Amino acid sequence: MALEIIESCVNCWACQPLCPNDAILAAAPPEYPVFRIEAEKCTECLGDHAKPQCAEICPIEGAIVNELAEPLNPPGSLTGIPPIRWAAVQAEIAAR
Amino acid sequence: MDLPVIGNSVPKPAGGCSAGSCGSTAGQMNGLPDDVRRKVQDHPCYSEEAHHHFARMHAAVAPACNIQCHYCNRKYDCANESRPGVVSELLTPEQAVKKTLAVAAHIPQMSVLGIAGPGDPLANPERTFATFRMLAEKAPDIKLCVSTNGLALPAHVEELARHNIDHVTITINCVDPDVGAKIYPWIFWQNRRVFGREAAAILIEQQQQGLEMLVARGVLVKVNSVMIPGVNDEHLKEVSRIVKAKGAFLHNVMPLIAEAEHGTFYGVMGQRSPTPDELKTLQDACEGDMNMMRHCRQCRADAVGLLGEDRGAEFTLEKVAAMEIDHEAAMARRLELRAKVNAELEAKRARAHAPTVPAPQVVTLHRPAKTAQGRAVLMAVASKGQGVVNEHFGHAREFLIYEANEAGARLVGTRKTDLYCSGDDTCGDGESVLEKTIRALEGCEVVLCSRIGFEPWGKLEAAGIKPNGEHAMEPIEEAAMAVWREMLAAGKLAQPAPERKRA
Ligand code: SF4
Ligand code: SF4
Repeated sequence: MALEIIESCVNCWACQPLCPNDAILAAAPPEYPVFRIEAEKCTECLGDHAKPQCAEICPIEGAIVNELAEPLNPPGSLTGIPPIRWAAVQAEIAAR
Repeated sequence: MDLPVIGNSVPKPAGGCSAGSCGSTAGQMNGLPDDVRRKVQDHPCYSEEAHHHFARMHAAVAPACNIQCHYCNRKYDCANESRPGVVSELLTPEQAVKKTLAVAAHIPQMSVLGIAGPGDPLANPERTFATFRMLAEKAPDIKLCVSTNGLALPAHVEELARHNIDHVTITINCVDPDVGAKIYPWIFWQNRRVFGREAAAILIEQQQQGLEMLVARGVLVKVNSVMIPGVNDEHLKEVSRIVKAKGAFLHNVMPLIAEAEHGTFYGVMGQRSPTPDELKTLQDACEGDMNMMRHCRQCRADAVGLLGEDRGAEFTLEKVAAMEIDHEAAMARRLELRAKVNAELEAKRARAHAPTVPAPQVVTLHRPAKTAQGRAVLMAVASKGQGVVNEHFGHAREFLIYEANEAGARLVGTRKTDLYCSGDDTCGDGESVLEKTIRALEGCEVVLCSRIGFEPWGKLEAAGIKPNGEHAMEPIEEAAMAVWREMLAAGKLAQPAPERKRA
């Protein structure tokens, strides 16, 4: 079991120092454009913390997913912006 | 000629030169203890007097953040952005120190290095303190400061004091968790994400405790607040009272910048920004109980140069790496320049203190106080720095706003031309830069600049703002007063200000 960081990560470094297992690697572009979790090291923080630390601090909805590819922080959960509102505003901006 | 230089407190018409309110253009320094005044007098962010002569830079070494604010979007990092906290180049502490030394060698006015983001400096303590440690070794003359949201402040006060950091800015938008819950969706606290009112309560407690601890250790604390209409605008008056009572020496109220394109909660949800008038009204209301700061430019976190002027492009990592620098000679140049400017400022203060004509002692009994001969006039000034009118209207990216009345001229704010959006109903498509500028100058009756083109001249006049290029290269206060006296002589100041016409 392990979490995974996907391409929407903004390389903010917040997660990296929190990992109890040193499982998070910084981005190294061009090969690795965003942060990564070494799957074999990640324990999802079991035994260390009640919640997976990287997902608790990550500011980007959807950037960290579980093995079922489900985001730990789904759309709207961090910003408070309802996804419908977000979509409507993006469409309006695109139409300008 | 020597004009009286006016402080923020209402000046007494004659005599009455109390130590607190006389002799400094830095009106917000009124009433500060001498040791505090000394600390801020050559700090461009804190001293209105110094910001014309000294420079600061911010180094982007702190990417991580421990809270989310509704006016911030961590995804945005675009070169066209110039909102606070937005930077394009993240630096390692080593790179930051190299860059700072390079800038300080090329711009001898450079006197302050600040760490403000793009995240929170105290959410990245290793990187922040490593930067300060290395810089203090190579350029001990440069002041250090940090700007923080305050959540991790109590935990780091000791270390801040140890690094000889004498300026800390805390962003405090509220002291009431119910208000805070509308500004901060979450914080990261003790290994978990905390939401809503509970999060705001923790943040407020840490901010207030941090403020008290810093003041107790003699560290200067400035408080920044973002004015969010309908959310914390009224509440900021209470914030101002409380932070001053606890010993903050400056309170800087900044307008919310929110547009849908920024992708922030406020931008997307349609929260509007305050108008320049609303901002000034709140700043005036807070002024009675607080040293307010009116010249803040909400600079980019990696801006280089004098406040309001961004020379960052000259100092990219690549260019810095190629520079050969003699650091000792550079420091000597800085110290020499600082001594010279400080001597000039001292002389200016001394002149302002010495009344040229001794005020006659007149005792009047039972006579109403003389009413002001003319009303106050707001003037926009295009200036590149040095305290003089020296910028072409069309090149100005911001204007200094001065208020002139019979007692003198004083800086009451600044307004940006390019990114200012009040979001009212006149903000439509196809608005030209000039129209935007004219809208940003709402409430001003005069624009002072070194030169101005024919087209903007006409449009400004049509909008009720009189352009004036006759005072190029003159000190701003003198120029503003000359124009005010002309208006007075022409009988324009007897009636209230004309209703503002739309361009
Ligand atoms: S879930 Fe825990 S162990 Fe896994 S990468 Fe994140 S912080 Fe490290
Ligand atoms: S906290 Fe999230 S956005 Fe930041 S580096 Fe880690 S995964 Fe990327």
